[in-house]
Amino acid sequence: MDALILSNVEQGVMTITLNRPDRLNSFNDEMHQQLADCLKQAERDDTIRCLLITGAGRGFCAGQDLNDRNVDPQGNAPDLGLSVENFYNPLVRRLAALPKPVIAAVNGVAAGAGATLALGCDMVIAARSASFIMAFSKLGLVPDCGGTWFLPRVAGRARALGLALMGDKLSAEQAHQWGMIWQVVDDAQLSDTALTLARHLATQPTYGLGLIKQALLAAETNTLDAQLDLERDYQRLAGRSPDYREGVSAFLAKRPPQFSGKSS
Amino acid sequence: MSELLAEQHDRVLLLTLNRPQVRNALNNALLAQIAGALESAAQNPAIAACVISGNERFFAAGADLNEMADNDLAATLNDVRPRLWARIDAFNKPLIAAVNGYALGAGCELAMLCDIVMAGDNARFGLPEITLGIMPGAGGTQRLIRSVGKALASRMVLSGESIDARRAHEAGLVSDICPPALTQEYALQLAKTIAARAPLALQAAKQALRQSQEVSLHAGLQLERQWFTLLSATDDRQEGIAAFREKRTPEFKGR
Repeated sequence: MDALILSNVEQGVMTITLNRPDRLNSFNDEMHQQLADCLKQAERDDTIRCLLITGAGRGFCAGQDLNDRNVDPQGNAPDLGLSVENFYNPLVRRLAALPKPVIAAVNGVAAGAGATLALGCDMVIAARSASFIMAFSKLGLVPDCGGTWFLPRVAGRARALGLALMGDKLSAEQAHQWGMIWQVVDDAQLSDTALTLARHLATQPTYGLGLIKQALLAAETNTLDAQLDLERDYQRLAGRSPDYREGVSAFLAKRPPQFSGKSS
Repeated sequence: MSELLAEQHDRVLLLTLNRPQVRNALNNALLAQIAGALESAAQNPAIAACVISGNERFFAAGADLNEMADNDLAATLNDVRPRLWARIDAFNKPLIAAVNGYALGAGCELAMLCDIVMAGDNARFGLPEITLGIMPGAGGTQRLIRSVGKALASRMVLSGESIDARRAHEAGLVSDICPPALTQEYALQLAKTIAARAPLALQAAKQALRQSQEVSLHAGLQLERQWFTLLSATDDRQEGIAAFREKRTPEFKGR
C-alpha cells in the first residue's frame, strides 16, 4: 500500500504530509482513508498537542483527483454528494472539533478542496510562491470542504463571491493582504517557520487553546447573549485547569511556565 | 461498585447510572434500583428534588437486549418492566435528567420521563428500536411527540436516527445545553434552586404540569385552579408572600 499520507510525531507536533506529489497531492478515496487514520491518532493521543498539515513536492493539494471523476456522458450522473458526505465533511468537522491547534503550511498551489481545506485550518502559513484557486466554478461545481462557509468569513462577502464565482488564482501575498491567512514567508523559510510555530504551540496550554478554538467557532452562529454564556462556561472550565494555575504561578514567580496541556 | 450511585447534595438527590461496561444499559435490576431510590426519596422530607445522570459518554444507551431477546408474546405480556417504569413515573418531586453523550432507546425514554432535561453539547437523543424490528415501549412514541411535535417525532421513531443536543434544544426536548464537563454541575445548581422552593407548591405544580398531558385544556384549567386553591391553605403560602413583602428569603416548612 502506498503511503499517500506521511505522518510524523515529534516534540508534541504531528506533521501530516499529503503525499501524492505526482498528482499535486490531490485526494482520492484511499488518501482520505489514510488521512482519517492519522486524525484518529491525533484525536486520541494526548501527547500530540498541535497538528501541522503540508504537501509533498511542489503543490499543497489540488483538491479532488479528477481522474477518479471520469464522467461518462452516456451513463448516470455521478453522485458527488457521496464523497462530500463520506470524506470531505467528516474531515472538516474533525479538524474543527480537534481541541488542539491545526496549522496549514501551504507550500505550493492549493486548489479546489485543497484551498478550502487550508483556509479551514486554524492558522495558515503560505510560501510566497503558493496560490489559492477556488477552481470549483470552472467545472460547474460549488466550493466544498467547508469553502462556502470559510470563504466569506476569512475574505469577506465581496471577495468571497469574486473568488468563488471567478475561480481565478489568488497569490499568497494577496491572500495575506486580504487577511485570509496568517503569514507569508519566503519559500525556503516555510517549513522551518511552520515547524517553529507548531512546536511553540505544542508547549502551550493546549486545553485552553482548544477552548478558544471552540469558542470562536461557536461565535459564528451564536448571538452575543449565548456567546457570553459560553464564555462564562469555558472560563469556568479553563480556570479549573492545571495550566491556569501554572501560568499564574509562573507569572508571579517570574519564571517560564511548564504547561501540561491537560484539562485536569 | 453499585450500578446506581446515590449521593445527597444538600436537599438534592443525585442518582448516577453506573454500568459503564454496557454503556449504562437499563436492565430490569437497574430500573428497579432507580424506582426504589426515588420511592425512598419521595418519603424523605430532607430531599426536595432529584437529578439523574450517566457518565460523560453515555447517559444510557438503551435497554438490556439480552433480557428482552428471549421474551415471547406471553412473557412480554406479563413483563415486569412497565410496572418498573410506572414506579419511576410516580415520583412526586422535581426530576432532572443531566444527559451527556448517548440517550438512546430506554435511555431517551428515561430522560423524557424527567421533568427537565439538561444536555451536554455532545448529547444525542434517539429511539433506534425500529432498527431492531421492535418499537419504543416505555413512552418513546408518546412523550417524544408531545415535546417535539409530529414531524420530528415521526422521523426519529420511524427511521431510528438520533438527533444532536442542538436539535433537541431547538425542538423543545431539552431545556439547556452546556459543555459536557458542566452538565451535572449545572443540573445540580438548577435542582438546588428548585429545592429552595416550597415543597407542596412544587408537588402541586408538577402534578398540574403532568395533567396538562392527560386532559383537555378546559379540564386542565379547572385542575390547575384546584391545585392553586389547595395551596392557599398552606403555611408556606403565607410565608412566601410575607417574605416577598418584607424583602427577605422565605423559610418554607413543607406545610
